[in-house]
Amino acid sequence: MTPHMRRGRLLGALAFTLLAGTASAEDLTIALSSEPTAVDPHYHDLSSNNALTMHVFDALLTTDAQQKVQPNLATRWTNEGPTTWRFELRDDVVFSDGTPFTAEDVIFSYCRVLNNETAVSGSFDEAIKNMASIETPDDHTLVFETNEPDPLLPIRLAQIAIISDEIVEHGEISFDPESACGVTGAWPTVNDFNDGSVAVGTGPYAIESYVKGSGIDLVRNERYFGETPEWERVSFKPVPNAGPRLAGLLSGDYDVIENPAARDLSRIEGSDDYEYVITPSSRVIYLQLDMRDDSPFVDAPDGSNPFQDVRVRRAMSMAIDREAIVERIMDDAAAPANQFLPAGMFGTIADAPALEYDPERARELLAEAGYPDGFSVTFHATNDRYINDAQVAQAVAQFFTRIGIETELDAMTRSIFFSRRSGREFSLSMGGWGSDTGEASSFLRQWVPTTDDVAGLGGSNYGGWSDPEFDVVLREAIATMDDAEREALLQQAGARVLEQMPYIPLHYESTIWAFRSGLDYQGRADQYTLATAITSDE
Amino acid sequence: MTLFILRRAIQSVFVLLAVSIVVFFAVYAIGDPVELLVSPDTSAAEREVMIRRLGLDLPIWRQYLVFLGNLAQGDLGTSFVHGVPAVELILQRLPATLELVVLSLVIAVSIGLPLGMIAGLAPETRTARTIMTGSIFGYSLPAFWQGMMLIFVFAVFLNWAPAAGRGDTVSLLGIEVSFLTADGWSHLILPAINLALPNLALVLRLAASGTAEARLQDYVKYARAKGVRRGRIVRRHILRNILVPVVTVIGVEFGSLIAYSTITETVFAWPGMGKLLIDSVYQLDRPVVVAYVMIATFIFVSVNLLVDLAYAVLDPRVELEKGAS
Repeated sequence: MTPHMRRGRLLGALAFTLLAGTASAEDLTIALSSEPTAVDPHYHDLSSNNALTMHVFDALLTTDAQQKVQPNLATRWTNEGPTTWRFELRDDVVFSDGTPFTAEDVIFSYCRVLNNETAVSGSFDEAIKNMASIETPDDHTLVFETNEPDPLLPIRLAQIAIISDEIVEHGEISFDPESACGVTGAWPTVNDFNDGSVAVGTGPYAIESYVKGSGIDLVRNERYFGETPEWERVSFKPVPNAGPRLAGLLSGDYDVIENPAARDLSRIEGSDDYEYVITPSSRVIYLQLDMRDDSPFVDAPDGSNPFQDVRVRRAMSMAIDREAIVERIMDDAAAPANQFLPAGMFGTIADAPALEYDPERARELLAEAGYPDGFSVTFHATNDRYINDAQVAQAVAQFFTRIGIETELDAMTRSIFFSRRSGREFSLSMGGWGSDTGEASSFLRQWVPTTDDVAGLGGSNYGGWSDPEFDVVLREAIATMDDAEREALLQQAGARVLEQMPYIPLHYESTIWAFRSGLDYQGRADQYTLATAITSDE
Repeated sequence: MTLFILRRAIQSVFVLLAVSIVVFFAVYAIGDPVELLVSPDTSAAEREVMIRRLGLDLPIWRQYLVFLGNLAQGDLGTSFVHGVPAVELILQRLPATLELVVLSLVIAVSIGLPLGMIAGLAPETRTARTIMTGSIFGYSLPAFWQGMMLIFVFAVFLNWAPAAGRGDTVSLLGIEVSFLTADGWSHLILPAINLALPNLALVLRLAASGTAEARLQDYVKYARAKGVRRGRIVRRHILRNILVPVVTVIGVEFGSLIAYSTITETVFAWPGMGKLLIDSVYQLDRPVVVAYVMIATFIFVSVNLLVDLAYAVLDPRVELEKGAS
C-alpha cells in the first residue's frame, strides 16, 4: 500500500466520522419516566401511550399544549345540529407506507376501536359508542350522527388515532358494527402493532423498533403532510427511577428527560450546560370527604359525621396553608389550587379568589358547627402515585391537627389505595385527577354528581355527596352544544362545589422537563413529551 | 446418576406446584388489578366486560384451576398490562439479564478467588490485611448507593461509560445480545461491576478462609515435605479443596441474580427481568408476577441440580444417589 492510498483511506474514515457526527446532531434521545405499554394506539388510554401515539399516528383533530382542539387530518368541522357533525378531511395525506388516506380509513379505525379484543376496557370507545351513523358523501368528507348530543365530540375524536384499512382484508367499508363494518379478515391485535407489522400511521414519525423495557426508536416519516420535524431519529428510553434519569442527562446519554425530581433541580440550576422548564398541568390534587351517616374512620364526640356540616368542610379548607405546601414540599413545581382545573382552561372560573389560609377562623367555624374540641379522623393517601404525595398528606394531617381535628395519616401503595377507595372504605382521602378533555366538566361529572351509572355521572363519588342544585346545572351543562353557554354553566357548577366544599382542592401539579442547553421545550398541560415540539436553538 | 436426576425432576414438580399455590394466592391478596388498569370514568358495564375477560369474575380457587389447566398446555397467562403472553415478556428480557449476571460472576470469581487465595496463603502480611479489609466494602455498601456512585464517577465526571441502558445488540441465533458490540460492552461494564462487588467480596472471603484452613492440612504439609512445587500445591491441593463452597455460593447467587438483580437493573435502567418483576408488582400484573416466580423457581431448581452434579466432579467422595435435594 502506498502512503498516498493510506492517506486516502484515512480521509475516508475521517469523512465518515464527520458524517456520523452530523447525523447524530439530528438524533434525539429522550428518557421517559414511564414506558408506553404498547404501540397499538387503541390499546390503553394512558398518557405514556398517547404521547407515543401522537408521534406515529394522527387523529382527525389534535390538541395543542394547552389541550385546545386544533385541526389535523380534518381541516374544518361544523356542528349542523345537536347530533350532526360534518368533518372535512385533507386530501393530500398518505400513510407512511404510501397508501392514500381517505374517509374509509377513519371508519375502519373507529370500527377497530369497537372490535379491539385485546384492549383495556373503556379506552377510546366512548365517542364511538355514541355514534348512530357515519356517512361519507365523498372520500374526504365525514358526517357523524350521534345518539346523544355530545359537545365534546371534537376533543374526543382528537384522541382516536387513525390507522390504515390496508392492514386487514376487507370488502366495502361502512360504519355497520353489527356486520364487522365490512372487514373480512382478523382484526389486528396489540401484538401486531408491537412487532411493527401493522403500525402504519400518517404521523411525523414511523416506528423503527420497539423493544419492551429497552426502548423505542422512531425514524422520520418522509411522507408526513405537516411540517417536517427537526429530528431525523428519536429514541425513547424508559428510565422509571428519577436519580438515574438525571444522571443520564448529566453524562450526556439523554438529551431530554421527563420529570426530574424538583429537589434535584439545584444540581442543574445555574449550569450553562442544562436547562429545565416547569409547566403547569391539568392535574389537581384534592381531598375527598365521606358524607355517609356512618363513616368508617371518623370519630366525633357525639357520634355524628362532622363532614356533613359545610362549616366543618370550610374550616378544613382554611386550615391548609397551600402556599407552604407548594413552596416547601413541592419545591415550587406546583401551583396552589382554588378550583378543580387551572384557571384559563375551558369552564373554569376566571377570577376565583385564592382559598385563604386562616387557622383562627377555622377553629371558630368548627366551634360554630358544634365541635369546639374537634374530632378525630384517619386520613388515607397514596405514597407512590402523585408527586411527593406522602409528604403532602403528612403536612395536611398536621394542618388539620392544629385546628383540633386529630388526624392520623395512613399512606399506602396505590394498588391497595385505589382498590380500597372504590370499595368506599375511606372517610377522608387524597386523590388526583387530570382532565383529559381539558374541560372543567371532566372532574365535575366524574366526582361530584349523585351517582348515575346509566348517564355515566358521579362514577367516583365514593363519599355519597348529593346536591340536587349542582346536579341540575351540571346535567344541563354537559348537554349544551353552544360553547359560551356551556362555559357559563360549568362555571356556575364549579362555583357551587367550591361553596359546598365536598371536595377540597390542594394544588395543581406541574410537570418538569430538563434538557441539555441548545434545546428548547415548552412542556404541555397534558404532560406529554413530544419530540416534534422539541427544537434546537440553531 | 440417571436415577438421581429423575428423582430430582419429580421433586422439582412438587416444588413448583407448591410455589405456584403460594404465589398465586399471595398476589391475589394484594389488591384489585382492574382498579389500576381501568380508568375511573369507565362505565360499570365496561368494567364488568374487562373483569370477565381477565377471568377475575371467578372465585379464586377456580382461577387457580384455570391457571393450572393453562399451565399444563404451556400457557402461563397473558399480561394484564401489556396484553401479551407473560412468558414472552419474561423471556424477551432474559438475555439482557443473563449476560449481565454471567459477566458479573466472571468478574467476581476471576478477581475474588485469586485475591482470596493470596490473602489466605499469607494471612499475617500487610497485603492480606489490606485485601480482607477492602472486601468489607464490597458487601457492606448498599448496592443502590454503590451504583449511583459508579454512575457519578465513571459516567458523569469521567465520561468513560454511559450512565444507563443497554447498548447496541446483534442477533445471535435469534437472540438479541449486546456483548458482541463495543457499544454493548460500554453499557455492560458498570452494572456488571455493581452486581459483581458483593459476590466478589463473598468469594474472596470464602477463598481466604478455605485457603487458610487447607494450608495447614496434613496433605498439604505432606506434599510440601515430598518436595512438590508450591504452584502445584496451590492449584492441585488447595484450590480444588476450597472450590466446593465457592461453587455452592456461585450456584445460589447465579439463580438469585437472574431473578432478583432488581436494584442494579433499576439504577442502570437495564432492561432485564428484575425490573420487569418490580414494575409488574406495582401494576398488579398478576400473570406476569406468577409466571416470573415460576420461572425463577425453575431456574433455581435447575441450578441446584447442576451444582450437585458439579460437586461430584470436584469431590469424588460425594455420592449422588444418596443426595437429597
